[in-house]
Amino acid sequence: MDDTPETTKQTSRTAKEWLQLAFVRLGVLPFLLVLCLIVFSMMSDNFLTGRNLMNVLRQSSYLAMVAMGQMLALLTGGFDLSVGTILALTSVVGAMTMAAAATAMPDMIWLAIILGMLGGFAAGISISIVNGIGVSIFNVSPFMMTLGMASVGFGVALSLTGGVPVYGMPDAFGSTFGFGRLFGIPAPIYVTAGLLAIMYVVLNWTRLGRYLYAIGGNLKASRLSGINTRLHLFLAYVLCGALATIAGLMLTARLETGEANIGAAMPLESIAACVIAGVSLRGGVGRVGAVVLGAVFIGLVQNGMNLARIDSYMQTVVIGVLLILAVVADQVRQRLIAQIQD
Amino acid sequence: MPEVTRDAATQGSPADPSAGSPTLLEMEGVSKRFPGVEALTAVDFDLKAGEVHVLFGENGAGKSTLISLIAGAERPTSGRFLLNGEPVDLRSVQDARHQGISAVFQEFSLVPQLTVEENLFLGAELTSGGFLDKGALHRRAQDIIDRLNFPLKPQQRVAYLSRAEQQMVEIAKAFRSEPSVLIFDEPTASLTERETDRLFALIEQAKADGVGIIYITHRMGEIKRIADRITVLRDGHKIATLDVADASEDKLVELMTGRVIDQIFPDIAFDPGETILSVEHLTLESDVVRDVSMHVRTGEIVGIAGLIGSGKSEIGRACFGAEAISEGRIRFDGENVTGESIKQMLRRGLFYIPSDRRDEGLLMVRGARENIALPSLDRSDFSSMLFLRRGAERARTRTLAERVELRPMNLERDLDHFSGGNQQKVLIAKALTRDVKLFIFDEPTVGVDVGTRVAIYGFIKELSEAGAGILLISSDLPEILHLTNRAYVMYRGELRAELEGDAITQDTVLSHFFEREAA
Repeated sequence: MDDTPETTKQTSRTAKEWLQLAFVRLGVLPFLLVLCLIVFSMMSDNFLTGRNLMNVLRQSSYLAMVAMGQMLALLTGGFDLSVGTILALTSVVGAMTMAAAATAMPDMIWLAIILGMLGGFAAGISISIVNGIGVSIFNVSPFMMTLGMASVGFGVALSLTGGVPVYGMPDAFGSTFGFGRLFGIPAPIYVTAGLLAIMYVVLNWTRLGRYLYAIGGNLKASRLSGINTRLHLFLAYVLCGALATIAGLMLTARLETGEANIGAAMPLESIAACVIAGVSLRGGVGRVGAVVLGAVFIGLVQNGMNLARIDSYMQTVVIGVLLILAVVADQVRQRLIAQIQD
Repeated sequence: MPEVTRDAATQGSPADPSAGSPTLLEMEGVSKRFPGVEALTAVDFDLKAGEVHVLFGENGAGKSTLISLIAGAERPTSGRFLLNGEPVDLRSVQDARHQGISAVFQEFSLVPQLTVEENLFLGAELTSGGFLDKGALHRRAQDIIDRLNFPLKPQQRVAYLSRAEQQMVEIAKAFRSEPSVLIFDEPTASLTERETDRLFALIEQAKADGVGIIYITHRMGEIKRIADRITVLRDGHKIATLDVADASEDKLVELMTGRVIDQIFPDIAFDPGETILSVEHLTLESDVVRDVSMHVRTGEIVGIAGLIGSGKSEIGRACFGAEAISEGRIRFDGENVTGESIKQMLRRGLFYIPSDRRDEGLLMVRGARENIALPSLDRSDFSSMLFLRRGAERARTRTLAERVELRPMNLERDLDHFSGGNQQKVLIAKALTRDVKLFIFDEPTVGVDVGTRVAIYGFIKELSEAGAGILLISSDLPEILHLTNRAYVMYRGELRAELEGDAITQDTVLSHFFEREAA
């Protein structure tokens, strides 16, 4: 009968039930992280070394920045498929501006760098402003809006460069933001940590953050609670774009060239990082700390597969499978929550 | 087979008035759990051929859950379900239909983009050789509509039909196959008297054909007219099953509420003061409200009665800045506030509490604390400058949650995991975060249990006696009758009547609810 499992559940918690409880509380990410650490350290001796792990952190910092932005769009119940294009356009326009400014005023390298970064930032953010206007004012679905802008931005980036990488940026740019280290820790990690701190405060300690969760939780209820839902939807996409632009600039510094195709994998990977971290695709739920861990997890998997000599084509297969598994795991988790709660 | 013997036993029972007619459907100890709430607890129910069995109970008593189990839309958590003496496990509405159970749900299950005939045969399309047989479908649809004598055109798109016409399509759908069990969930809510008569004639005919009918209604008049037996549900439990001859109105209400009725509604001391809200010749852009004028004073409770779709909600929403106004003026606290935003109205001291808490009221995936604080985060007790004051927020929301007696008292638990009544308490706590001069309650007791209902009425009394103005928009007639000192009646977007004090009676209000048809 129904009663027997109920009573055993109350009398003693088995290991399986503890695992279940941990799964419900924490989501699938901690399990995946442990699993991937075990598997890859068995497959390669070089995996679990301080040097390699620092390398993974640096490599995944770009994705972490984009994923934090993606999370803002997801929180409101939408998503941003144009983050890759924003990266690309930022990179191309930033590099061209910087190269031109450096040629025009070779004595003032840092002014040229700042001008270039501002140029790239302006180009990237303009895409997200259009996204924000389309989604918040014209009620275009985020899917179509950001997919359309992804095509527009990519086309602009390609036609600006003719598909060729942009060279001629001052060396100081790459050596500071791309390869610079302080106390042995690479620059992108500092930037990511700083952004994480800001995002944490914004999401948890400001009205803006609370309103983004609220809008994703229930748009109509938010409106009837006096929230300017259009403004905050708009801000979500603009801030998402801003984070993607910063990632674009940092990646350009690392590559030392402006490239139109650097962000191609970003839409999928950033959404994957968020979903694996438990951000709800329906909006209203997600933690920024977990999102950064999600990005690091994807970085770990890619790095581990590289060390284990799994070819790059298979790697994209693995990322896709992981993403779907994470969504399935989340469904199972929702069902467990429904069972456990009373 | 033990079921069969039990069946025979019930049939043979001498006290049974419809002895002889076979039991179509029998449920024993059926329970249904949803996350966070037990909607039905060990309910027994049976339906005989050729009877109308009314389910009676308050909103949230479990009537809708019970019929969704019978119609196959939900599956019971435990208990036995016998159909014609055989245990069945209905996996879907489709499955139930194959077994002869058809339901007319309250929430329409129509696809607005499809035509009437496509909707009628949705899920049972006629085909020939793998392709849709549109000609046959059209003829069969026309046959059904003719038989029912409904004023419907088979090729009209459902989206363009009125609510009453959609209801007719919904009913026609149930009569499509030859059902042995028919379920109606408040089918007359949006029908005119003539359409209601037509429906009752159909029900009589179905009864004569040996169909068992389960009928949900709140209306005593309908019970008297068509019911054979009545089962009363309260808070998910079956309270009693009685014959219509034994069921007086007082008795039913007492069984339904578990107490005598004047305990539910508090006595309110009205002390009307200044006019706080006045609506002057209001017409909305959507044309749902036309040329409506009304006013509310402090210290009084003003009701707006009317059917769903009569525009009564929209008046409240327009005052709150949530509807586009095309003509007329709204004055609040002596100032013209026509066209102001929701935020401005909140700051002026008007609060609208929406009717559909899931759809418009609450963030179901967030906790109680965040929900309660949401409309007031701009106030200094919740935030200073840029940052939220989370400590103060926690303390303030806890006080409010204690005031509305939230159960369980867990401010961080997702609202999805609270019961309907407690969700409604959170919705009311939201309104208590600000200094409010006028509360607009839109259907404040939909889907809540009696205890919460009493608590909500207590709040309305408290707020009113403390000097706030209250506009109570409700489809629940007793609420209007017992709580308000003045009431307006809306019909199809127009103001039909203003009633005051003793003039607010069931008959006077109801007489304005419906179209008066010349015979």
